[in-house]
Order: sequence, then C-alpha cells, then structure tokens
Amino acid sequence: MTATDADLQPTRSFQGLILTLQRFWAAQGCVILQPYDMEVGAGTFHPATTLRALGPKPWKAAYVQPSRRPKDGRYGENPNRLQHYYQFQVILKPNPPNLQDLYLDSLRAIGVDLGLHDIRFVEDDWESPTLGAWGLGWECWCDGMEVSQFTYFQQVAGFECAPVAGELTYGLERLAMYVQGVENVYDLNFNGRDGDEKVTYGDVFLQAEQEYSRHNFEAADTEMLFRQFRDAETACRAYLKAGEPGPDSNDPRHRMAQPAYDQCIKASHVFNLLDARGVISVTERQSYILRVRELAKACGEAWRRTDAGGLAGEAPAA
Amino acid sequence: MPDLLLELFSEEIPARMQRRAAEDLRKLVTDALVERGFLYEGAKAFATPRRLALHVAGLPPRGQDVREERKGPRVGAPEGAVQGFLKSAGLASLDEATIVSDPKKGEFYVAVIERPGRETIEVLAEIIPAIVKSFPWPKSMRWGAASREPGSLRWVRPLHSIVASFGPETETPEVVPFSIDGVEVGFTTRGHRFLAPQPIEVRRFADYLPALERAFVVLDTERRKDIILHDARDLAFARGLDLVEDEGLLEEVAGLVEWPVTLMGAFDERFLAIPPEVIRATIRANQKCFVLRGKPGPDGRERLANAFILVSNLVASDGGAAIVAGNERVVRARLSDAAFFWETDRKVRLEDRLAKLENIVFHEKLGTQAARVARIAGLARALAPVVGADADLAERAARLAKADLVTEMVGEFPELQGLMGRYYAAEQGEAPAVAAAIEEHYKPLGPSDRVPSEPVSVAVALADKLDTLVGFWAIDEKPTGSKDPYALRRAALGVIRLVLASEARLSLRARIATAASGHGREADAFADDLLAFFADRLKVYLRDQGARHDLIDAVFALPGQDDLLMVVRRVEALGRFLDTEDGKNLLAGYRRAANILRIEEKKDGRAYDAAPDRALMSLPEESALAEALDRAGTAAAKAVAAEDFEGAMRALSTLRAPVDAFFDQVTVNAEDAGLRANRLALLNALRAATREVAEFSRIGGEGR
Repeated sequence: MTATDADLQPTRSFQGLILTLQRFWAAQGCVILQPYDMEVGAGTFHPATTLRALGPKPWKAAYVQPSRRPKDGRYGENPNRLQHYYQFQVILKPNPPNLQDLYLDSLRAIGVDLGLHDIRFVEDDWESPTLGAWGLGWECWCDGMEVSQFTYFQQVAGFECAPVAGELTYGLERLAMYVQGVENVYDLNFNGRDGDEKVTYGDVFLQAEQEYSRHNFEAADTEMLFRQFRDAETACRAYLKAGEPGPDSNDPRHRMAQPAYDQCIKASHVFNLLDARGVISVTERQSYILRVRELAKACGEAWRRTDAGGLAGEAPAA
Repeated sequence: MPDLLLELFSEEIPARMQRRAAEDLRKLVTDALVERGFLYEGAKAFATPRRLALHVAGLPPRGQDVREERKGPRVGAPEGAVQGFLKSAGLASLDEATIVSDPKKGEFYVAVIERPGRETIEVLAEIIPAIVKSFPWPKSMRWGAASREPGSLRWVRPLHSIVASFGPETETPEVVPFSIDGVEVGFTTRGHRFLAPQPIEVRRFADYLPALERAFVVLDTERRKDIILHDARDLAFARGLDLVEDEGLLEEVAGLVEWPVTLMGAFDERFLAIPPEVIRATIRANQKCFVLRGKPGPDGRERLANAFILVSNLVASDGGAAIVAGNERVVRARLSDAAFFWETDRKVRLEDRLAKLENIVFHEKLGTQAARVARIAGLARALAPVVGADADLAERAARLAKADLVTEMVGEFPELQGLMGRYYAAEQGEAPAVAAAIEEHYKPLGPSDRVPSEPVSVAVALADKLDTLVGFWAIDEKPTGSKDPYALRRAALGVIRLVLASEARLSLRARIATAASGHGREADAFADDLLAFFADRLKVYLRDQGARHDLIDAVFALPGQDDLLMVVRRVEALGRFLDTEDGKNLLAGYRRAANILRIEEKKDGRAYDAAPDRALMSLPEESALAEALDRAGTAAAKAVAAEDFEGAMRALSTLRAPVDAFFDQVTVNAEDAGLRANRLALLNALRAATREVAEFSRIGGEGR
C-alpha cells in the first residue's frame, strides 16, 4: 500500500470516505456523477434523482451533492450543524431486491465493523412537500446515530413512481466523524495527511460557515430574493411553455423540461434563504411551498414527455 | 389435529405498527376460516421488526361434508317444473332423485345433494394470498421491478418470503400451495440479520420457536419486553440506581430489536444541571434510551443519574463497548444542544418574547398567538373570582403562558411546552402560582390526565379552552365524525372536568358570550350549538362515570341548563331519587298521566294546561292530589332555587300516595265533559310539577 492509499482510507480522510463510496457504487453499475451545479437543499433535488425517478427507464447513479440549509448555519460554532454540508446520494431504479444488503456492504466498505456496531433501520417516512414527493423507508442508525436515510420512492412531482426507485442518502460529515472518531466536524481530517500537510474540514469550511451564516441570517438581500423567486417562477413557466411541441408538430415530446426544472430548483433555494431571514410568516410559508411544488409538478409532467422520461417507444406515428 | 404456521418475512416493520399488524393477521385468517366453517382450537400471532407470524392450532384436515335435501315438484308435475328442479339440484335425471310420500301432499321428488368437505390446505391457499394482498397496513408501499405494473403487491416494506406450512404434528407438514408475485413461499426463513443470517428450515410451530431462538430471534414481543425490562432493572440495580420505567418507550424499543441486548452508558455529570424532563425528552425522543434515577439530591428531591440504558440488537464481539461509546457520543451531542438551549433561553425574559408571538399565526381565521394570548388573559382575569384565584396572578400567568413556544428548547422539543415555561418563569422570579399555571394551563390533556387544582391554573386553563372552543365555533370549524383536528372534544371535556373538580359556578352561556366578544363576534349564532356540544361531552363523561345518560338528557331538556356543576348535582340527585320506591312509583304515575294526556290532547286537538278548578272536584282523591301538587310544586321550586336538589326530590316524593290514590279511585275520562277537562288539567299539573326537577319524559324505562 502506498502512502496515498493509506491516506485515502475511508477511516482516515474525508475524501477517502467519498472515494470509497464512489468506488463501491460504481462496482454496482452506477454512473458516478458530479454534483449538480446549482444550490440545492438536498441531493434529492439533483435532476439525476428527481427527474430520473420518474418514468419507466432503469437508472442507477451515485454522486456527492453539496447541500445548503441556510437555517442550519451556526456561525461555525456548533460542532454538528452546518449550513453547507455533503450528502452522498445513490439512486437505483428499480430498487434491487437486495438493496438493504448492498447498503450494509457499503458500510463495511467504509470501515464499519458490523460485528461491533449496532445498525438499525428505524421508521422514517420521507416527504418533500416542495417536490411533491414521498416514500417509505428508514433512518439508518449506527450505535444510536442516524448516518443515512433509506427511502423507497412512491411518488415524485405528484406522479406515482413506476417502477419504484430506492434512494440512499449518506450524511458524509457524520459518517466521517464516526469512522474517524472525531467529536467536532471541523476537526475531521480532510486529506488524510499528518503534520504540516494535514488539511482539516475546518481549514476548508470554517470561514465559509461564518461568512454564510452572517449572509443567511443578516445580510441576504430580501428584496432581491423576493424578486428572484418571482423571476424563477415566471421563467420556469415560460420555459415549460416554450418547450411544448408546436400545434402542428407530430412529435409529442417536451423539449425543455430540464432548463425549466433548474428554475424550480432556484425558486426552492431562494425560498430557503428567505425563510432563514425570517421574512416569511407561517401562513405565507405554506403558500410558497405550494408554489414551488406546482413548479416541480409541472416540470415532472413535462419530463415524462421526454425520451429519458420514458416517452421513447411510444414515438409518434410518422 | 393439524396446525398452520404462517410467517411473513419482510424488511423492517415500523415498531408502532407491529402489534396491531399481528392482531390483524390473526383476526383476518381465523375469521376467514370460521366463515368457511373451519373451527380451530387456538391462534396466536407474533411480530418482530422483520416478521409477522401466526400459529393456528387444531384445524381439521378437511371441512365437514355437507348433506342437503332439496324438495322438488310432485310426481307427475309438468315437464318444465321437473327440468327446473333437476337443473337447480344438479341432477342428470329423475333416477337420481328419491320419491317421498306425504299423506297430505302425495308423492314428490327429493334430491339429496352431498358435497364432500374441502381440504383445509386448499382453503388456506385461497385465504392467505387474499389477506396478504389486501392487508390493512396504515401505510403501505410498492417496490422493485414488479412496481412497474399497476396493481403490484403492497406491503409495509418489501416482503421477501413466506413460510406457510400445514399438517399434523406426527407427519411432515406440507407447504400451503399458493404463490404471490416475487415472494418465495416454502419452509425457509432467516434468523437475526447480523447474528444468524443463514436460511433456516422450519416446518411446524413447535420447531419454529426454538429454531428462531437459536438464530437470535425472540419471536414474542412480550418476552422481548420482559427481557429488556429485567436486564435494565438489573443493570440499574447493580449501580445503585433506579430505572425510570416508560411503557411506551419499552414497547417501541421491543419493536426495534429481534435479540435485545441491554447496555448502560453514561454522560457528563455537568448535564444534570439541565431540567430532568429535558434530559429525559432528549434521551428518549432522539435516542430511544431509558433514563435512570439516582439518589435524592441535597434538597431531598429526586434526581436523575448521569447514566442511561440503551437496547441494542447485537451481541457485539467486544461486549458492546463500541456500541456504548457510540451512543454516549450521540447523547453527549444532544445534551450539549439542550444545555445550550437552557443557557440561552434564560437570557431572555418571557415577557420579552411576546412580540415574537405576533408573527405566529394560530389559525388563519383566528389571528396570531399574540392576539390569542391577549384574549386568554382577559378571560382568565374575569374567571379568576369564580374559581377563587387572584385576578392579577391569573392575568399574568395567561400573558406568559405561550411565551415558551418561541424558546429554542420548545422549538426542539415541542412536547416540553408549558413545562419549559414553568422553569423559565420560576428562574425569572415569577410567583409560584404563575409558574405552575404556565405548565398546567394545558391540562387536562385527556380523560385520564390530572386536573389542576391551583386556582390560578384553573382560571388560565378554563380561559385557554373556552377561547379555543368559542373561536372555532365562531368560524364554524367544528369536529365532525372522527375528525377533530383541533382537539375540541378534548377541550370541552377539559372545561367540564375543571369546572366539576373546582366546583366552580358559572353560566356557560354568559362565558361563551364574553369569549365571543374577545373574538369580536356575537355568540348568538352558535351559543346553542356549542352548549349542546358541551351537553354531549358531559353525557359521555358522566356515562363513563357510570351515570345514566337518559337522566342527563332529562336534566338538559329543562330550559337554561348551562351551569355544569348544577346539572351534575341535579342528575345525581335524580338518579338517587329514581332508585327509591317513591321515585319509581312517581315515575310510573307520571308516565300514566303523560300517556293519558297525550292520547286525549291528540284526540281533542287541544292542550289541558289551565289550572285545575277546585270547585269541579267531586272526589276526595282529586282535591287531595290538587293540594299535594300545590304543596310539592312550591316546595320543589323553592328547593331548586336554593340548589337543594335532594330537597326538591323529597318534595316530589310526597306525591306518590296521592297520585296512586287518584289513579285507583278516579276515572279521568268521565262522561261529564267539565269533570273530564278538569281531571286532565290535574294530570297536566302533575306533569308540570315534575318539570321543576327534570323532564321526566326523557327518562328511560327499566333496564336501560
């Protein structure tokens, strides 16, 4: 084993943990994607999950997704809470019958000894009101700590999932803290090196947590954000309309589902920022969530009329 | 007699659904068997996180043969009738029928139809898949490749395999022959996920239990609970501590493990500065662990120990050291959060939090929490004298009662609302009665919850509930059927229990009007309906206490009954009176009078509600009754006015003898129209006298 291999042990470095999970799921036939290039609240928002969960086509993917939760910012002072953190996301459609076993194998791969640690599947029904999505599954506990979420998607964007996709979401920082035996997220060894060469999670992200907490709670320009929400909403609807097949077209496919969905993602994140700034009242909150959901539903509906969404095979009569 | 062993092996079933699911499985299978005429000796169902199991003992190998005789037409009947008979009885020709002769009807055909009983295993093969496919899970799901098609199998989580074996103890049982898409049916199950993952063969229940135990699965929830409780107590005892028992948590953790291994962890003693309820809520809600009681503190009060009990699902190779260490880390992180909340929350006084309540909408049509607090404060102040509370304290408590909703701690643990308010109030030097009322104003939360007795608490609790009830009635959001999203039934029951326990005298109608004005509404539109709702709730409450609900109806039918305490006192007095001989006879006399009046008034199309005329009374029994009615009516009315319901009943009991004598000696329907009208008027006076205490027409008969 070279020095680099040792550094990249999942129990030794944060990046080693990520690389190990990527290799593990690549070996299961997943495409290993990169993070989506937009701000999202969870890995589920990545089109590789939200949109690909819809329609009949098989799909297997895994990726890291930086997730932004503006409200969870703690100015870098809380050892467990971050407004920006990483999720490792796996989506398998249809879910293989042995998905639980595969998940447990992935824990073994990252150095969790299942003869020593108490792994439990504890009921957790997942629901995303903004995505119009729900599923049944569990929180996965390791010695009393939630380390992953395991969900069988039943509905996305208001549509039944047929077939059902299995989704795994690993909380990477928590898992890394666990396997590295670290109490404070900022103490995580990021690159697996020692001494001068060691880079910690704090070296990479502490300043960002402080700055973004300030931004999220104190400075974010709410007037601009309200405007951006409206703009994103309008743009989403406009792109959906523009992507419709023309009245004379024989081709029923929608041609712009993904750009429209980007605007839905945007609206959702802007809403989260407004929420963190405390400028949305409880009643308004519901109506904003509903507005995002309407966008998600419209995008999902358009996606189902694309090739990747499953329309191929019902191609139009030429 | 053969047995059925059925096991449905799946991915982890939510703990809260297991008990009900096992019971449903037992009931559905045994009901379906009985419905088809298959009786059994016993049935028991089980649940673990990964399996539902059912054992039905003592089934017959096959159903009973059925022999049925069907009568046909007489011999020599027309061809059409004969053909119809043959067809309906399933006979090929008349040769298969027998001829029976009857002295009256002559000779006719009879078909003897014999159906052999069906094999039990065949019937099971029909019943089981039907039950699996329509199992009543509270929430179910589809999964895997099969979910591509509509109508694919649903289960609570993916269902992997089924053991379905049927046969007598002495012979090799058979697999019940059915199939469900994507699910294996046979003799194979699996043991504990980590400790014995290999497939195991099971053929009958007698082998099944020990086979599972060898594979680290305790099938029976009750046994898992016993093991956990016993081990937890032992661990606590060994350290000189006491387990804080928690049946709900025990049930839940027993549903999270197949092989319970109980371990003890500890946390830093400095966390004991946090209120014990917070420690318990943190450790219970997030970690599903039990807390422990230590020795009393220097002040003699009970204290939690800095230790907890966790229940794992694993016999770990290091004796559980890593599991304990992991759980301790999580508990430490959680308690650090709680300690942080406890510190920061106390930096802001409760009254300084009230502005934040302006931003919290209580209900879109009922305004903000701040508006609600202002209304409750006004009501609490007005109610204070009625329950013997200091008005200033009641108003102060009401103003602060909801302030803890915007604390960090309650944001994290909503179940601690009220309690945290009490702690923070005490910390900032509020009067003890105010602090107590902040916690207790939510009470009573259900039929068995404690009713507060401190007057300030009672005033705020009443104000809170009345405001809620009146608000929702004003916007016409009343409970319907099983839907009661705002727990209004509970609120009304709360008012009833508070009023009765504190013996508070109040006119509900007047209070409803006051509460309505707080909402800027007139109560006229809904006060009757809300009072009727209270009457209903009171009926349910008194019925649960063993009172006759017809008596409650009899009292509520009187006008102006809106003082709950008086209603209950009157019902009690009426019940006791009707248990006496005098009471029973008077009721009988009343019914006789009321029946006669009903018939005659209907016949004549008029009411006999004039005062009886003494001059027209020809018989001594008439005058005697009239006099008795005068006396008793006046005395009863007086007693009622003095709220002496026993006295009112006593006054009525004097009527028994004159009423009996009247019916013995006097013919009401006399030929003389004047006499008759006057006698009917006398009966009407009797009816009126009884109305001083209750509407006797609403009282049910014997044995009701």
